[in-house]
Amino acid sequence: MNLTLHVWRQKNAHDKGRMEVYQARDISEHMSFLEMLDVVNEQLVEQGIDPIHFDHDCREGICGTCSLVINGAPHGHQKATTTCQLHMRHFSDGDHIYIEPFRAKAFPVIKDLVVDRSAFDRIMQAGGFVSVNTGGIPDANAIPIPKYFAEKAMDAAACIGCGACVAACKNASAMLFVGAKVSQFAHLPQGQVERERRVRAMVAQMDAEGFGNCTNQYECEAVCPKEISVEVIAKMNREYLRAATKKS
Amino acid sequence: MKLDAKIPSGPIAEKWSKHKFEMKLVNPANKRKYSVIVVGTGLAGASAAASMAELGYNVKAFCFQDSPRRAHSIAAQGGINAAKNYQNDGDSVFRLFYDTVKGGDFRSREANVHRLAEVSTAIIDQCVAQGVPFAREYGGLLANRSFGGAQVSRTFYARGQTGQQLLLGAYSALSRQIGLGKVQMYPRTEMLDVVLVDGHAKGIVVRNLVTGEVKSYAADAVVLATGGYGNVFYLSTNAMACNVTAAYRAYKRGAAFANPCYTQIHPTCIPVSGEYQSKLTLMSESLRNDGRIWVPKSADDKRAPNDIPEADRDYYLERKYPSFGNLAPRDISSRAAKEVCDEGRGVGDTGLGVYLDFADAINRLGEDTIRERYGNLFDMYERITADNPYKVPMRIFPASHYTMGGLWVDYNLESTIPGLFVLGEANFSDHGANRLGASALMQGLADGYFVIPYTIANYFAAAGAKNLSPDGKDFKRTEDEVNERTRKLLSINGKRSVDSFHRELGKIMWDYCGMARNRKGLETALQKIPELREQFWQDVRVLGTNEELNMSLENAGRVADFLEFAEVMCEDALDREESCGAHFREEYQTEDGEALRNDKKYTYVAAWEYKGVGTKPELHKEPLEFENVKLATRSYK
Repeated sequence: MNLTLHVWRQKNAHDKGRMEVYQARDISEHMSFLEMLDVVNEQLVEQGIDPIHFDHDCREGICGTCSLVINGAPHGHQKATTTCQLHMRHFSDGDHIYIEPFRAKAFPVIKDLVVDRSAFDRIMQAGGFVSVNTGGIPDANAIPIPKYFAEKAMDAAACIGCGACVAACKNASAMLFVGAKVSQFAHLPQGQVERERRVRAMVAQMDAEGFGNCTNQYECEAVCPKEISVEVIAKMNREYLRAATKKS
Repeated sequence: MKLDAKIPSGPIAEKWSKHKFEMKLVNPANKRKYSVIVVGTGLAGASAAASMAELGYNVKAFCFQDSPRRAHSIAAQGGINAAKNYQNDGDSVFRLFYDTVKGGDFRSREANVHRLAEVSTAIIDQCVAQGVPFAREYGGLLANRSFGGAQVSRTFYARGQTGQQLLLGAYSALSRQIGLGKVQMYPRTEMLDVVLVDGHAKGIVVRNLVTGEVKSYAADAVVLATGGYGNVFYLSTNAMACNVTAAYRAYKRGAAFANPCYTQIHPTCIPVSGEYQSKLTLMSESLRNDGRIWVPKSADDKRAPNDIPEADRDYYLERKYPSFGNLAPRDISSRAAKEVCDEGRGVGDTGLGVYLDFADAINRLGEDTIRERYGNLFDMYERITADNPYKVPMRIFPASHYTMGGLWVDYNLESTIPGLFVLGEANFSDHGANRLGASALMQGLADGYFVIPYTIANYFAAAGAKNLSPDGKDFKRTEDEVNERTRKLLSINGKRSVDSFHRELGKIMWDYCGMARNRKGLETALQKIPELREQFWQDVRVLGTNEELNMSLENAGRVADFLEFAEVMCEDALDREESCGAHFREEYQTEDGEALRNDKKYTYVAAWEYKGVGTKPELHKEPLEFENVKLATRSYK
């Protein structure tokens, strides 16, 4: 199939940026979206045009590196799918495809479609951990964890930190991302000790990074490639409220 | 070059305890005087950086990804082994040790493997304490599954995302230390060389991938945890950016490279669909617990899989290896798939595929149980192929997955360059000629959490804190060399893209140094690789400048290193005139086509010393001694 691509090009963080139009010819339906961009890039290089820069790595939907807003939707319109797992069979010959970076104040553009998501790392550094050092740990089976809670924790822990939730939100809120980590630990006995301190620190850092707040539109849940539920936001709010009533 | 493995004396089960006692310590107040550089933040790197920072050392950690959480350990699906014997099925440290040595086809170092099995149990404790949500039974205790090459259930897992959850655990420990200021983290920063001062590794030269700035960092020791070189095949299950550069630059500075020809081809990947293919996707080996592998009995049978009756199917693994069946080790399963495809019985458009069928398991256990066990893998398969594996069998084919070879290290994980330590997939030490499933995660975390924190102290105590400045002449000289190379790559301005060279190299390696090798093919490869390398340096086109984010430039540097490294791999494969584990030389096989080892001549680690680009490297041999496991022909029949 042949496609017309409208791609955001921006030389660096200081450049204003603009949409450019490229033709993608003879695209196979079995290609992934990023393989289609590889083919286009090969052609651009042949023509002496700087290839389109986009973040990607594992190409199997787990590392969270790939991004892109495709036709207005972070990771495109296929449900529960990262951009790297999106295949061209979901497009038709003659389509126009609009490709933009994840946009948020806290995710400044580095180049073209590549954005800086290090704000997520700083939130994790503020409290996304259990404070145990290596070694001297009791046996792994010493504390039984009900399967239900272990599964709940795993549901939340599946977050890949891609940032689609932020890109989809009109407030650029990171509450699905932060809520996922807070929920994971809130469901596990290992997370109880630092429960209040953790949620306070992570929320404070989230605010400091310039992310907005949740106003219950659930766009984040709709685009999340790992289908993290907005329940985690409710859980985080509950944890935050609980922490506000306690000293620690 | 002299290889001294520094294996402690005494009975195998006491070596590590004895060694821990005999090694020198650095007292708690002095630890803050030492600094260490960790390159790579996968399971091995992140766990090492966090653990050493907790002890009080000053750590600088580097990764080329945008965040330390993205390293390719994250993609491991199936699980992590540990000799917990929670299932009461006869597991023990010795059994895990034995299985690993046997699985590696008797080409690994006994002492290292035993230590790995010993610390495996502590890894699970550590991960649970970090909040890793492993699968659990209704009673609240940890669940296990079985995996290829073992007859006990010792594999711990978190759905199909075990690597992700373990990495996020290590990343959380690392993040905590970054927050506390004990680790300086440098993401989007690629190591391009190691700096030696008086023969010791004392720093690295890196390129900031966003600004292009080339800069040196100094420390009292350097730890490489930079993963494997599976992308030498271009198509592999590795992430796109996985590369050999850090390890290869260390090799060029004097670190021996061990057993580069041991490359694992994973039996269960989604087959190639076309020329444009950029990577191959793994389907976890755990699927072989419930899936049955088959091809049609006749090469002419072109019916749809569900129309082929039982009588016309060949469940070849169950037929050839009745006791292990579909759980035969990876090298054996991969070769068996190649064999049936070579006979023309392969399935799918390309004929390069076999069926992995869940119909029996679904009949026996119900679709819900299968969904619970493998749901995310089935979804992934459907997204890529548009086939529904609940209804039609999956099609799978082997692909390059893991590299057992790596930089040579002694028992302390120190390379032949003093002060340069190598962890995880980047070293060669524990898996011999073939790695068993769910053992990579185990080794990465063993090295990082429980080995390097001890052995680095021993080095520090002997070498002392140097507090070097990165402005010294050794640093400047190395920086100049790095800059010169970048300048050269950007100035060629030829006609061909970097990827086109990488693809061509990958094809040479897959055809001549892949699942099966022979002398003639390897000699052909050794002739083709230098020709391709020469073309690369004359005709590659890298656009843009150094002073910006330039992914073609990054890639060009990596492919340039693969183009040199590929030769070392072929030399090693040529030297090893036997078949063992993943290294299958067609000249050396038994009557029924199994690997034929030559223990008299080849029970050694082949460690190669760099002698110049295009010059044959010098081979050094570390003899392997087996005192606890009797050398035997591996049988899974």
